[in-house]
Amino acid sequence: MAIPSNFTASVLQHGATEEKGEHARLASFVGAMAIADLVKSTLGPKGMDKILQSLSRGREVTVTNDGATILKSVYVDNPAAKVLVDMSKTQDDEVGDGTTSVVVLAGELLREAEQLVAQKIHPMVIIAGFREAAEVARQRLVAIARDNKADPVAFRADLVNIAKTTLSSKILTQEKSHFAELAVDAVLRLKGSTNLDAIQIIKKPGGTIKDSFLDEGFILDKRIGVGQPKRVENAKILVANTAMDTDKIKIYGARVKVDSMSKVAEIEAAEKDKMKQKCEAIVAHGISVFVNRQLIYNFPEQLFADAGVMAIEHADFDGIERLALVTGGEITSTFDDPTNVKLGTCAVVEEMMIGEDRMIHFSGCALNEACTIVLRGASHHVLDEAERSLHDALCVLSQTVRDSRVIYGGGWAEMQMARVVDDLAAHTPGKKSLAMNAFARALRQIPTIICDNAGLDSAEIVSQLRAAHAAEPDASNAGVDVTIGGVGDMQQLGIFEAFKVKNAALLSATEAAEMILRVDDIIKAAPRQREGGMRGARRVILTPLAAVNLQAEPLVSHVPASDH
Amino acid sequence: MSLAFDEYGRPFIIIREQEKKSRVKGIEAVKSNIQAAKAVSRVLRTSLGPKGMDKMLQGPDGDIVITNDGATILEQMEVENQIGKLLVELSKSQDHEIGDGTTGVTVMAGALLEQAETLLDRGIHPLRIAEGYEMACKVALKRLDEIAATFEHDADNNEELVKTCMTTLSSKIVGRHKRELAEMCVKAVLTVADLERKDVNLDLIKLDGKVGGRLEDTALVNGIVLDKDMSHPQMPKHLQDVKMAILTCPFEPPKPKTKHKVDISSVEQFESLRKQEQEYFRNMVQLCKDSGATLVVCQWGFDDEANHLLMHNDLPAVRWVGGVELELLALATGARIVPRFQELNSAKLGYAKSVKEISFGTTRDRMLLIEGMPNSRAVTIFVRGGNKMMIDETKRSLHDALCVARNLVRDNRIVYGGGAAEMSCSLAVEAAADQVPGVEQYAMRAFADALDIIPLSLAENSGLPPIESLTEVKTRQMREGNPYLGIDCNDAGTNDMRQQNVFETLMGKKQQLMLATQVCKMILKIDDVIKPSEYE
Repeated sequence: MAIPSNFTASVLQHGATEEKGEHARLASFVGAMAIADLVKSTLGPKGMDKILQSLSRGREVTVTNDGATILKSVYVDNPAAKVLVDMSKTQDDEVGDGTTSVVVLAGELLREAEQLVAQKIHPMVIIAGFREAAEVARQRLVAIARDNKADPVAFRADLVNIAKTTLSSKILTQEKSHFAELAVDAVLRLKGSTNLDAIQIIKKPGGTIKDSFLDEGFILDKRIGVGQPKRVENAKILVANTAMDTDKIKIYGARVKVDSMSKVAEIEAAEKDKMKQKCEAIVAHGISVFVNRQLIYNFPEQLFADAGVMAIEHADFDGIERLALVTGGEITSTFDDPTNVKLGTCAVVEEMMIGEDRMIHFSGCALNEACTIVLRGASHHVLDEAERSLHDALCVLSQTVRDSRVIYGGGWAEMQMARVVDDLAAHTPGKKSLAMNAFARALRQIPTIICDNAGLDSAEIVSQLRAAHAAEPDASNAGVDVTIGGVGDMQQLGIFEAFKVKNAALLSATEAAEMILRVDDIIKAAPRQREGGMRGARRVILTPLAAVNLQAEPLVSHVPASDH
Repeated sequence: MSLAFDEYGRPFIIIREQEKKSRVKGIEAVKSNIQAAKAVSRVLRTSLGPKGMDKMLQGPDGDIVITNDGATILEQMEVENQIGKLLVELSKSQDHEIGDGTTGVTVMAGALLEQAETLLDRGIHPLRIAEGYEMACKVALKRLDEIAATFEHDADNNEELVKTCMTTLSSKIVGRHKRELAEMCVKAVLTVADLERKDVNLDLIKLDGKVGGRLEDTALVNGIVLDKDMSHPQMPKHLQDVKMAILTCPFEPPKPKTKHKVDISSVEQFESLRKQEQEYFRNMVQLCKDSGATLVVCQWGFDDEANHLLMHNDLPAVRWVGGVELELLALATGARIVPRFQELNSAKLGYAKSVKEISFGTTRDRMLLIEGMPNSRAVTIFVRGGNKMMIDETKRSLHDALCVARNLVRDNRIVYGGGAAEMSCSLAVEAAADQVPGVEQYAMRAFADALDIIPLSLAENSGLPPIESLTEVKTRQMREGNPYLGIDCNDAGTNDMRQQNVFETLMGKKQQLMLATQVCKMILKIDDVIKPSEYE
């Protein structure tokens, strides 16, 4: 029965396409590898940045090195590529770092798999091999991880090293020790919680990156009302979420119907009186600072000023929650029971200047978990990227505080894993072993890419690494040292990574590769007709950010290959 | 086009705007229908069996589904052809009725139609073919009953159930973790099963997922997971010995359904209205508090003031809980769903041992975990995985496995998988065909051939030489009279499916054959397709 290969199309909706078998597999391999190649050049301490330009009206520009941010912004059409994008997003949400390496690893696994498929090995066999390889790699990872939880000093040193390693590939690399200390201090204040809400990051353009600092208190980017005290010591703070503009009657359908002007005036007076009573009720709490989530109109503001209470309006929702957390007060909305309301306290509330801007600074708070990191820098782009980098570092650190195992970076872990996987392949009869070898090769690609990005002789260094690891399987600390351009001792260099990040990257990369390998048919529905085309989609322009890197990276625009 | 004329020679209009419609008639129509059905079933053929491949489906908005589940593939494919839609419906009804075997039934229907096509070429009337299929189907069903094995299971001994679930899961992406997941499914089903009545209410099993973590972190929770958090950020995150009030009225001022206006014409009225409003909030919270509740679960939202009052009165609350979850919660905690504050009393409260808020990863995802309920029959399987697609696919796979376990609780007869049952039926039908006089004999033989498609595809997908493996096993079945021999997809070294523990439910298999035959009959009976032509 000779059915033309695209016969299914006639059964499907108009505009839908189908790709089968080899075609489908090729399309997904190509798409996934294109995405991996896109972010590949950002990997490692000498990785390059990307400029993302928005197609929407503002044409805003983002400069970044963060894999997840790049992939989030790229408009991808290839379904397999979307799997990888999704995966890097998950990695970002879950552990916060390693977003680039997870995509690169998945891409390399698929690149190897493509060659195996070309050798007529069934995808299911490859998957079986990958699964077993991933399992031994994970066991090795668990075995080589070190845990310094018991020793706080060593643990803190570990954390600083992890932060430095994470930051070294980012824009903050010049000031990495400064920021590493900053981040570690901030995270250790959390005392084991992974709730990063208590760490507030404020970005203020101006100054240099080095002027960034950690503040022990809480900074609110708001103004104090007119005529109110600018500095309050031993403040009692009431945090509220209540209407302070006009307090409407909430009963549905209520409206004012009067027959004379004087009545209107009376009702207005009653309204005013109501607000006055409310203010009095609030002041009756014996407070010296009042923070409201909603607006405070002039009238109540004046009343507060008369009572000598500092009133701060329109703190956004996050700000309010954080402030309540920090000062230990509760968020109130009714004010009739002053004795039972928990007020927040802090030592000093004052106005402070950062650059040109005035802000409100709460210091000596009851709950000392919170802190604020004020980032300074030349431009918004720098600040945005600095915030992303710092966020990565904070995420990794907070996860490490929970799971304190660490491993060496610089490709050390990958080499260790590759060694055991190769070992497994040597002992496995059958075609599966080819897939295992491929898995080991893919793992070894990570140090290779780090070297390539740094303009080093990757083949030479990686083979040296392999020999070093084979010579002393358990004692070797060898990894890529990009500063001297050779093999270095990772322990001495202090290049550490969090176990959790590596583990998550390994597992999700394998899972994604398996998922894409299993596909033998792609059916695309006709795209929904939208007006205005791809609004908000972004275009990627690959350019070296600055002449930081000596290596001549080919400047090709990798546009994710759309099939056919 | 045929035209009819009345006695004055004027043409009748039989079909309005006839020239705009395309029309296919007779054998032509049957054949084009068969082509369409074949095209659909061909897509699914490679997904069959433990080594079957997945399909990647891209929706109109660019969203992606990767799946191995027949019903899902067909549903997402957006088939437009009418006959194609019939097959989609077919797999859906298998999904609703049995929950598993959705791929098999479509492949089977495709094979039956393919065989019918050759018979049509030989000039056999479509209806005779359909009748022959019907007869053959009866023979096959009888054979299935004969070779079916029963196995006993109870709450303690559920090994067989687990093995059957494993068969279902082995064809999915979660295969690497099938043992644990299968155990989880069986445990979930046995928890909620009513063994007396032999019935399982799958509504009591909730499948919930959250991106992140590993597949291995998937867990069976003896309780309910709500994708919500406490209404006020400062409410306690962990409660013990909770008395739960479930409300379907909002913590807001009353809003009568009749259109009304409240006119304020004097200061006194303004004052009194304000007092009333405050009183109203206080009352609501007081009523909840008086009933002795320590947690309020509400279907609607809270006013800021009410929210604070709740918090102030140490009454944690959860808002915007969906209707389904609310019912599940009521069922499990033994609470009554209360539509008005006035009707709340201590007898209507539910009980749970603990309620706690759990957070995930670095983003602010929080969920409520409610455990230790008196009517602990409600369980949740909480799926974790690398990405959203993985979670969705895992959920679908678990759904299939749950259905299989349920079917076994309902009817504990099984047949052996790996194509063993199909081959055995095929032999029986072939033998029966010789006894039947008339044209139907051919149709029956065709049915027997069509049955072979399942083991054939299984072998093909597993990378085995299809025809060789099929004929080898089939002759062995014939010679040894052993209906348990099937295709060795997993390379386990034996063809005996009893040793490989590859089971399927008898009910599911029978349903597959019946549904496939029915759809086939339906398609064969169509001899005229009229549809508006596609482009104006």
